[in-house]
Amino acid sequence: MNRRLRAVLARLAQALPVILGVVLVSFLLTRALPGDPAAYFAGDAADAASIEETRVKLGLDRSMPEQFGLYVLQLAQGDLGQSLTTGQPVVEELARRLPASLELTLVALLVSCGIAVPLGVLAATRPGSWVDHACRLLVTAGVSLPTFFTGVALIYVFYYLTGWAPSPLGRLDFIYLEPPSVTGFFLIDAALAGDAETWFAALRQLILPAATLALFTLAPIARMTRAAMLSALSSDYIRTARAAGLTSRKILFGYAFRNALLPVVTTLGMVFSFTLGANVLVEKVFAWPGIGSYAVEALVASDYAAVQGFVLCMALLFVALNLLIDLAYSMIDPRIGFDSK
Amino acid sequence: MGLDTSRRGFLKGGSVALGAAALPFLKFMPAQAAGDDVVVVVMGQTINSLDLHRTGTNRPSYQVAVNCYDRLVSFGTKTMPDGSLSYDYSTIVPEIAESWTVSDDGKVLTFRIKPEAVFQDGSKVTAQDVKWSFDRAVSVGGFPTTQMAAGGLLRPDQFAAVDEATFTVTLDKPSKLALPDLAVPVPFILNSKIAKQHVTDADPWAMEFVHKNTIGSGAYKVVRWDPGQQLVYERNDLWTGGPLPGAKRVVLREVPSQATRRALIERGDVQMSWNIPNKDASELDGKVEVYSTPIENAIYVVSLNYNFEPFQDPDVRKAVAYAIPYEEIFKTAAYGRGVPMWGGSGIETIDWPQPSPYVFDLDKAREHLEKSAFAGGFDVPFSIDLGQSDWMEPTALLIQEQLAKLGITSTIDKIPGANWRTASLVEKRLPLALETFGGWLNYPCYYFFWAYQEGHLFNSSNYANPEIEQLVAETLDLPVEHPDYAPKVKRMFEIAFEDLPRIPLFQPALSVAMNGATGYEYWFHRELDARKLAKG
Repeated sequence: MNRRLRAVLARLAQALPVILGVVLVSFLLTRALPGDPAAYFAGDAADAASIEETRVKLGLDRSMPEQFGLYVLQLAQGDLGQSLTTGQPVVEELARRLPASLELTLVALLVSCGIAVPLGVLAATRPGSWVDHACRLLVTAGVSLPTFFTGVALIYVFYYLTGWAPSPLGRLDFIYLEPPSVTGFFLIDAALAGDAETWFAALRQLILPAATLALFTLAPIARMTRAAMLSALSSDYIRTARAAGLTSRKILFGYAFRNALLPVVTTLGMVFSFTLGANVLVEKVFAWPGIGSYAVEALVASDYAAVQGFVLCMALLFVALNLLIDLAYSMIDPRIGFDSK
Repeated sequence: MGLDTSRRGFLKGGSVALGAAALPFLKFMPAQAAGDDVVVVVMGQTINSLDLHRTGTNRPSYQVAVNCYDRLVSFGTKTMPDGSLSYDYSTIVPEIAESWTVSDDGKVLTFRIKPEAVFQDGSKVTAQDVKWSFDRAVSVGGFPTTQMAAGGLLRPDQFAAVDEATFTVTLDKPSKLALPDLAVPVPFILNSKIAKQHVTDADPWAMEFVHKNTIGSGAYKVVRWDPGQQLVYERNDLWTGGPLPGAKRVVLREVPSQATRRALIERGDVQMSWNIPNKDASELDGKVEVYSTPIENAIYVVSLNYNFEPFQDPDVRKAVAYAIPYEEIFKTAAYGRGVPMWGGSGIETIDWPQPSPYVFDLDKAREHLEKSAFAGGFDVPFSIDLGQSDWMEPTALLIQEQLAKLGITSTIDKIPGANWRTASLVEKRLPLALETFGGWLNYPCYYFFWAYQEGHLFNSSNYANPEIEQLVAETLDLPVEHPDYAPKVKRMFEIAFEDLPRIPLFQPALSVAMNGATGYEYWFHRELDARKLAKG
């Protein structure tokens, strides 16, 4: 265990140059954006003088190295600066919006895995059967429909026509109040507060956007499960196990599935990262206050602090995610030595 | 955050239907049953500050200054031909001032403050508060200072608190713009006693505190603000600026997707959808209440840049003006909402905007082009703003198609948000672009001041004409009733239509959908004025 801890720390240390690189590159890239934030934020009737005043206020009149120095200094104190589009400190904003995006993405992935993995296993055990074809049809449909279309279509059917779904007004209908914030995940916070009404309200708001995202992520997971299962089932150790007379249940789940899990977990990591990005459209359609829409708004307005904060936050998230996936590898397959990597 | 009310306090403080007794049924309660006096409004934009004076405060946030603060004076209300309400530029009515007088030379405006006027915390509104607030508006820089300057309000020494209830403004020269400029959202009155408690050396105007707290005497106070999600107004029962609003609470939700906003208003789960696209306005009309009000003193135009060589030729400019399919643009881009600005029959009034004499006539366009030095045509980029693509894209495509018939090849160049302002207004480097400007103060000379004077922000054409410069300077402060005013303004119109730095297309409309609420009033600032809103 001690060795593993040391290995984890070594991995974290390896991430340090990556983070430093991200800080520098995100700073340079935002400055390379063609817009002029001073002109944008000086307001509708600003003249040259007031644009200049705004520039000085934003600190954009200083030289680049000076700006970078100030940025790093602030960063060292945990201050990501102030977003101009929303008028809030970036740290506060990310702390509020990241859990919203994560909650949506995680619920969507749970749903997606819950459907895609069994479907993939089923398809692999009966290749060419109707189950296999049905699986292919579903996942192709899911991936070929853009998320904003699925989202709007779901709203149209389940909210507009039938009225079964609640108003697509973000994480909670306005008659409810946010549960006291502990994790920022409404489902967890409401459960912690023992507030069943808010919990159900938050869940109801989650269903449509999560279904939209889940539909989109079914394909890679189901296809990867099927392929990995197929290759596992046709390998030598399965033949040996069959010859040894093990039950088909034991063969399927004890040997084949466990070996097939590795590529599935890898895919899951990738799917998670692109889903967090693909969130933007779903967030817009369902008025979900996540980080995707935040980043897009910030980019459009050349809101430097917000863009830098977002990029940094995502970089940290991916470092953590990669570490998590590597840890999961060594748990699934003890032969993969964590520290040898 | 300074304004979070406690969870339970928020619910209890609400209407009867939101009281504790209703709590167990909350999960079954549809949004519309949330209370007879709660109005829910959805909009696509975001509120980024509660303080209009702050650097970077965006347009939608101006409504907080309107709803939560008072000014000395306001504009009256009139009923439009379609029965909807609109502010009335021609009448100035009291808001926090009880009465006012103008000195004989027109330079000193003296205001008496209502004795019963109080801030939300119950303390009296005094002339010192007005003085502090006006000093703040002219000192913070940026947009508020520019807007104050438009009315001749430049320096703190122009404002004086004579006694507790008397406040004077001293102008450098008399101007018709001064009094109306006091009725725009910018010179709002803050509770200086509270603000001063939050003043620091680095922050002499309490910008950080007012950014997140409303400390006015207005019709509402903001009781909850979740940036990027919602803003909740609660009625201020101590308000003295006008009759109390019928709505006890107004919940403003930010919903970025237009399709979602439309589903919400059609279902009636929200009572108002702010600033809906023309397409939705024409389709929703009849299903729900739709108000489309032409935006005063605003025109959508094609801007021809005088720095671009072909457009320096008057015949080329006229050729372009005759090659624009106005009618089709008005139908496709505006869905017929707004007022046509082409095919005018001569300048008879001083109404602005008014139709230009041009119509769609390709033969005339060819005639003009052949007379010019560019008979063979030329290439030009046609720039549009990505953020306004709903009307700019169809308009640009329709114009591009007709220009091609003249041999003018244009390529459409979509420019995103922050770059647009820089490219079109600050650097003024776009040869051919679509443009829009609306003046808050409803005078033609004011429009010309911003859009036709050399070097001014909205003159994206780099247009410079000595006669226009002189006429604008002469008319800007002149009362409209003055005998010289009308002839001079008409001459400006004439030059503008002859020189064509901006080719008028149509006057846009602001459309708002209502379903289950009343009291919508159009305002020149084009943001929500909730002070007359009521459920029903």
